[in-house]
Amino acid sequence: MSGPTSILTRPCLRHRPDRPMNSSPLNGLPAATTASPSPLPSLRLLDVACRRGDRLLFSGLNETLASGELLWLRGDNGRGKTSLLRLVAGLAAPERGQILWGDAPTRRNERFAGELVYIAHANALKDDLTATESLAFLARVHGRDAGAPAIRAALARLGLAGRERTPARSLSQGLRRRVALARLALETTPALWVLDEPFDALDVAGTATLHALLAAHRARGGSVLLTSHHLHLDVAAASAGFRVLDLDLLPRDAGALA
Amino acid sequence: MNGAVFLAVYLRDLRLAWRRRTEALLPVAFFLVAASLFPLGVGPDPQVLKLIAPGVVWVCALLAAMLSMPPLYAADHADGSLEQLLLARDAGLAVAAAKAAGHWTISGAPLVVGAPLLGLLLGLPSEELPVLFVSLLLGTPILSLLGGVGAALTLGLRSAGMLIVLIVLPLAIPALIFGAGAAAAVDAGQSASPHLSLLGALLIACLLGAPPATAAALRIAVE
Repeated sequence: MSGPTSILTRPCLRHRPDRPMNSSPLNGLPAATTASPSPLPSLRLLDVACRRGDRLLFSGLNETLASGELLWLRGDNGRGKTSLLRLVAGLAAPERGQILWGDAPTRRNERFAGELVYIAHANALKDDLTATESLAFLARVHGRDAGAPAIRAALARLGLAGRERTPARSLSQGLRRRVALARLALETTPALWVLDEPFDALDVAGTATLHALLAAHRARGGSVLLTSHHLHLDVAAASAGFRVLDLDLLPRDAGALA
Repeated sequence: MNGAVFLAVYLRDLRLAWRRRTEALLPVAFFLVAASLFPLGVGPDPQVLKLIAPGVVWVCALLAAMLSMPPLYAADHADGSLEQLLLARDAGLAVAAAKAAGHWTISGAPLVVGAPLLGLLLGLPSEELPVLFVSLLLGTPILSLLGGVGAALTLGLRSAGMLIVLIVLPLAIPALIFGAGAAAAVDAGQSASPHLSLLGALLIACLLGAPPATAAALRIAVE
């Protein structure tokens, strides 16, 4: 946890006012003060093991992610960061152990499906659809019935004003990433965000916007599970109160023998 | 089934097809070209052509439907859309049904419209043309539904195109028999309604059975 202090001189810190005022690096408690009718459940990983092919990527993973927390998933390439995110999202089943949303498993869980925003490494954009159409489609599919003004505002928030009608095929990698992340700007209720390398391909301004979105999300009681390898210091700076889960510290093969 | 997801996916697929209009027309073009090869291959004898016309039209429609199957889920799988769709609430069935409906609207309906034209080309008597039309109207949705199962099962595999054909063609044999048989029955002076009723029954069975099977195959494919 030496990250947050060692980067105090980094220029990106000028965006710090966006972060919740009452979060500190030491408390993992929700920054939310607004009373929500039904508080966001905790994500609980109980003795989770993950197998990919015939390799056991990790085992014995116990972790709890409460409302308002940000958990930064770290680990070398091939340690199973993306696999863990997919397990949490319910796209795959763990080799062993349980992944619970509150008290119910995340897989085939209607409530969880409504409270999850999973943004994978792939942007899920269609080359032939415009930025507006892509975002509106993803929002509608996930039950976020956003009107045209909300879609436009979300795209503008991500710096895509003026590119609403550009087909995704003519957008650069960074801009495509921004369209995918614009889903986050549509969110208004506490939810669990599961983000696979969200800072990938983003420039300085995009990174700052994402930090602001993350901070606002946590301030209203949302929780975040993300991976990031190359901008980890920026993550630390903007997300005081984050916790680190390092997959490199987990037993890799012990579980296979047990 | 999540109606909002069904509608969103269906409309998006139509829009995507509209943006790539020429690509969407390829199966119909194949249908017309392949069927018009038969007079060249078997000779221009009107009696022979009239006899084989319903079968030729049906086999060509079957192959055209199968050729347009491989990209049905593969494109969504490759760009991450499929994962997103399956994560939506109660979405598996809706996605499978919307994809099959979209495929039929884009690739199946033009075959139905083109079939009477091909019938005329092959010298089919005019009283058999409506029967051919109705048999394809009932039969092409069956092909879209069965093809969806094949496309979902072969998702992510190399040479998925050939595998889809090999998986789906045996399943489509009953539809082919009753579909082509309907027009042949009229030719023999019998009623076509038993054939069409059986075809309708097949369609209902596929409507009920294929989307759950497709949804299950999709879940396995993204895992």
